[in-house]
Amino acid sequence: MLPILQVGPLAIQFPGLLLLAGVWIGSWLIDREAPRHKLPSGVLSNLVFIGLVVGLLGARLWYAARFASVYIENPTGLFSLNPSTLAPVEGALTGLVAMVVYGQRKQLPFWRTMDALALGLAALAIAVGLANIASGDAFGAPADVPWAIDLWGARRHPTQIYEVLLAVAVFFAIWRLRQKSLAPGILFLAWLSLAAASRLFLEAFRGDSVIVFDALRLPQLLGLAILLAAMAGIQLRARKA
Amino acid sequence: MSSEGTIEAFVKSRRWYGFIALALVVGAGWIWLSAVPAAASTGDLIPSPREGFLAPDFSLDLLGGGEVVLSEQKGKGVIVNLWASWCPPCRAEMPAIQRVYEANRDRGLEVLAVNLTYQDGEREAANFAAEFGLTFPIPLDRTGTVARQYQLRALPTTFFVDREGVIQKVIIGGPMSEATIQTAVEEILEAGS
Repeated sequence: MLPILQVGPLAIQFPGLLLLAGVWIGSWLIDREAPRHKLPSGVLSNLVFIGLVVGLLGARLWYAARFASVYIENPTGLFSLNPSTLAPVEGALTGLVAMVVYGQRKQLPFWRTMDALALGLAALAIAVGLANIASGDAFGAPADVPWAIDLWGARRHPTQIYEVLLAVAVFFAIWRLRQKSLAPGILFLAWLSLAAASRLFLEAFRGDSVIVFDALRLPQLLGLAILLAAMAGIQLRARKA
Repeated sequence: MSSEGTIEAFVKSRRWYGFIALALVVGAGWIWLSAVPAAASTGDLIPSPREGFLAPDFSLDLLGGGEVVLSEQKGKGVIVNLWASWCPPCRAEMPAIQRVYEANRDRGLEVLAVNLTYQDGEREAANFAAEFGLTFPIPLDRTGTVARQYQLRALPTTFFVDREGVIQKVIIGGPMSEATIQTAVEEILEAGS
């Protein structure tokens, strides 16, 4: 765990820095992949940028809406740089809507655009894992395996490390697969299947799962549903071509 | 046949249905194997300086006399703020903490502004409290015990503890805006009330 990187007098929040690096490398890869999918290159980095900015604004506004009376009294709090006053899920959805609207305005072909995003998303997943190592988030269940780590008051599965290893494997699988000429959409759906399968597998070792029906881990149920839908989608896309 | 052809032929074929069915069976089996009782997944009862865990307990002398024990504050929402008089963002956010404290004291909010006395001084802490007119208790961490328990890495760091003694939010660094503090206070006063 290394949540703070001390550089002289500067205390840098290391997990945030890793995420930022992931976004930067991811969008660079997306731009680089655009020609392979017969897309103009500048448009995709705009797409990513719009998603991020609108997503961030949305996350803050949704959070403020939840505590409207507080923000009406202190409206300057809206401009706080503090990431703890964001609503992440609502923000992500707002960002996605903005990306869909922008994509339609620019008349981007849906499946080829998604294909171009796949490699960048796979890279971002590695950065998320590294950020989790630095912050100690997404931590494991208590375990007595020899490679358990001391974290948050217990010996635990190093789930953050499992996460990085799997994300690297997925990245290289997509790296190889993208060199083949496939029907539009298959590359993205392949990434989605692998990401969903990773979540389904890894969540079993987590110590912070959201539990439903008193026993089942919600992310696993979502992971399985997305995996099956993506696999069915792969067949539909292949038949279309 | 090229490898592209093989992949496309495979995902178009009936064998792909078999593959999907296999994913369903293996996936569902794995979910079943990794099912846990709802209580097993939360860190509620382990003390650790993290959201969802029990706030590590401490007992410290107060500035101006007396003593405070964190676990005796159960039933109240508690802001544990770690600060030093020489830290500029600590100075910047303290008036906002005082205002939030005054506005929410009657709803069951307590503020424990732990001074890192081992890196500061009691006289400096007293001057600081007088300068800002602080009315909440100021525990003195003379040995660095609380800084270690709370894995302090940056000043200020603030822990929002709910009425059950569980940490709901950790804010590393500052200064926090008044709205940031107030929304976190809403969360801890709602949780477990």
